Amino acid sequence: MSNKNIRVGYASCGIAAGAEDVYQALVKSLKKHGLDIKLEKVGCIGMCHNEPIIEIEDEEGSYTYGNLEVESVDELVEKHLIEEVPYEEKLITSPFEEYDYFSKQRKVVLRNSGVIDPESIEEYMEKDGYEALEKALDMKPQEIIDTIKESNLRGRGGAGFPTGVKWQFAKDAKSEQKYLICNADEGDPGAFMDRSVLEGDPHAVLEGMVIGAYATGAGKGYIYCRAEYPVAVKRLGIAIEKARERGFLGENILDSDFSFDIHIKEGAGAFVCGEETALMHSIEGKRGMPRPRPPFPAQKGLFGKPTNINNVETWANVPWILRNGAEEFSAIGTEESGGTKVFALAGKIERGGLVEVPIGTTLREVIFDIGGGIADEKDFKAVQLGGPSGGCLTSDHLDLPVDYETLTEAGAIMGSGGMVVMDEDDCMVNVAHYFLDFTQEESCGKCTFCRVGTKRLLEMLEDFSKGKGSDEDIEKLKVMADKIKKYSLCGLGQTAPNPVLTTLRYFEDEYKAHLEEGTCPAQVCRKLITYTISEDCIGCGTCAEECPAKSISGESQEVHVIDQSLCIKCGACQEVCPIDAVEVE
Amino acid sequence: MNIKCENCGHEWIYRNDLQDEVVCPECQNEIKVSAKAGDASLERDMDEIFQEHSAESSSLIPILQAAQKKFGYLPRDVIEKIAEYLEFPVSKVYGVATFYAQFRFEPLGEHMIRICHGTACHVKGAEKIAEAVENKLGIQTGETTEDGQFTLERVACLGCCSLAPVMMVDDTAHGNLTREKTKEIIDRYRGEET
Repeated sequence: MSNKNIRVGYASCGIAAGAEDVYQALVKSLKKHGLDIKLEKVGCIGMCHNEPIIEIEDEEGSYTYGNLEVESVDELVEKHLIEEVPYEEKLITSPFEEYDYFSKQRKVVLRNSGVIDPESIEEYMEKDGYEALEKALDMKPQEIIDTIKESNLRGRGGAGFPTGVKWQFAKDAKSEQKYLICNADEGDPGAFMDRSVLEGDPHAVLEGMVIGAYATGAGKGYIYCRAEYPVAVKRLGIAIEKARERGFLGENILDSDFSFDIHIKEGAGAFVCGEETALMHSIEGKRGMPRPRPPFPAQKGLFGKPTNINNVETWANVPWILRNGAEEFSAIGTEESGGTKVFALAGKIERGGLVEVPIGTTLREVIFDIGGGIADEKDFKAVQLGGPSGGCLTSDHLDLPVDYETLTEAGAIMGSGGMVVMDEDDCMVNVAHYFLDFTQEESCGKCTFCRVGTKRLLEMLEDFSKGKGSDEDIEKLKVMADKIKKYSLCGLGQTAPNPVLTTLRYFEDEYKAHLEEGTCPAQVCRKLITYTISEDCIGCGTCAEECPAKSISGESQEVHVIDQSLCIKCGACQEVCPIDAVEVE
Repeated sequence: MNIKCENCGHEWIYRNDLQDEVVCPECQNEIKVSAKAGDASLERDMDEIFQEHSAESSSLIPILQAAQKKFGYLPRDVIEKIAEYLEFPVSKVYGVATFYAQFRFEPLGEHMIRICHGTACHVKGAEKIAEAVENKLGIQTGETTEDGQFTLERVACLGCCSLAPVMMVDDTAHGNLTREKTKEIIDRYRGEET
């Protein structure tokens, strides 16, 4: 057996980019050359912009190859494994070359993601897995809670409530039966941190939960996972089974008198179920609608019993804290908030992917140093944080540190970690409309202000995108937004107007351009733009063939014309024109 | 529900639950659908599901999920069977099932196309991809093609944001889409059928 080993990134996004085919080609190529090399499927390596990715490791260090195609696999094997020279065409990092995508990152939650085979408990244990649990079982529950409090770990689901304090409430509640929940209903569009953790390192989440259960006195745990994450559900199922076999879960864990077991509940496609009381209703088999708090789940939660609920990323931090100590963890972040935060960096960014940075890192560092700035040499316009509950920040905010308080003050939120970057081609009225369309659709309908209010807001934004409305309407919109925030029961309604309010606050000019001049500066809102074909047209007819509305006509080799009464402004002609003769204004 | 013609052996999914007599589309043989709750295969399939889940409130969603996996959608008689098993009114089972976006009450096409409308996909032109698919298939989002080959849906986010825009056909995600690529992918699935 060779001393090299090969890891193939095998998370959902890798698979979507073609990891399966690359894996197949690798197996065949290794066989063809008679090479006996360990080949592993691992979770997300974090460099989604280079998928599919493989990593080849030997005693010198590791070489990463990306953007692979089936056709290049054979050549890679011949170069790197037989001739033993790097295959430069697809090389991204080597032991002798630092890649700045990683140099500002700090891996705590993603420590094993992309490194170990997530379906192997042995590999997790080789990385000191389940050591924290052994250590925890020798401690008193209160000692564990004190450690978590000292670490300054705060809830990674978005609200940032101190985790140790939450555990204390659950521990102090008196009851024969207590529950523990892992919230894996990651519903924010543009966010995939939790999926990557579950797919790449499921045992870290399980270990955190067992420790949490011991500390709070829970006997039964649930992982409520989005049904849209089939790979995560499968890997969690395997992890639970293996943890039971090894005695880390079930009756008398590690021969102590503590027993705890975990069950997976698959969500059924309702965004509001990310809210804790709605989530619990859903586990109970009811419609996932929130209820007023108090009583808080720590007093009266699942099936009416005290329940502690934390998010995936929060749980995955727990074993690290127990192993390395609270002090080391709190040293990583800011004074108010310890540790790191994982962000899903996407949108108009050069190098998108999964990024883990110490809390307090600036937006500029994340977007420009790690993410490599804006793609296609465009200008940065805004970054959207926290999904439909969050807000858009501008270039004025790039030097703000990413922490709970600073972002909230600026009108956005830390949220669960979605970070979508936008460039000059994005219309902020359209973005506000997009998020509101989402929350309006997902409102469960319980509170009038959320159910009807979001609908009315959406109608106003629809008018704005057609150039209809006045200054007075902007004022009305603000009043309505304020009422929705005040009179909704749960986080969904309370935060639904945020994207509208932040875009209004920072991009008022753009709203005014729509209303006063009837133009969409970014040329996105369809009612306000016109497509025309310039004199440069060579008459190839490609656009006419492509046009779904059949609005383009013209003789072969002559300038074509768009019939504006038929044009639906989809932009298909502009996309296919070989000489860029289609203009938009 | 699944129906098998006892005359010619043709099997198909019966879409209208309200009739008690249907005609086999192959041989025009008239078949009595005394089936409703008495359909042996439905009874058997549901019993298999019930064995895996205890008759308590918290089993309702897992049972609905298992039934949908089995039948592709939730026909009325399946809902009724579930209500009977859990001793709930039928209205309560419908109440829960209709709350969640995952459950459907009409049969699906053979291939399910889900266009991702996550934030990253939105700013990278998900709307245009959706339009391209709609035009290609001649249906609107939410509909099934007449030949029963494709159902088109939109989803909030598939979590492959770095590959935006993305769509998922059955269980396979396709990323970095363009109009052209989207049409090619659909053609590939069509090709498999013939």
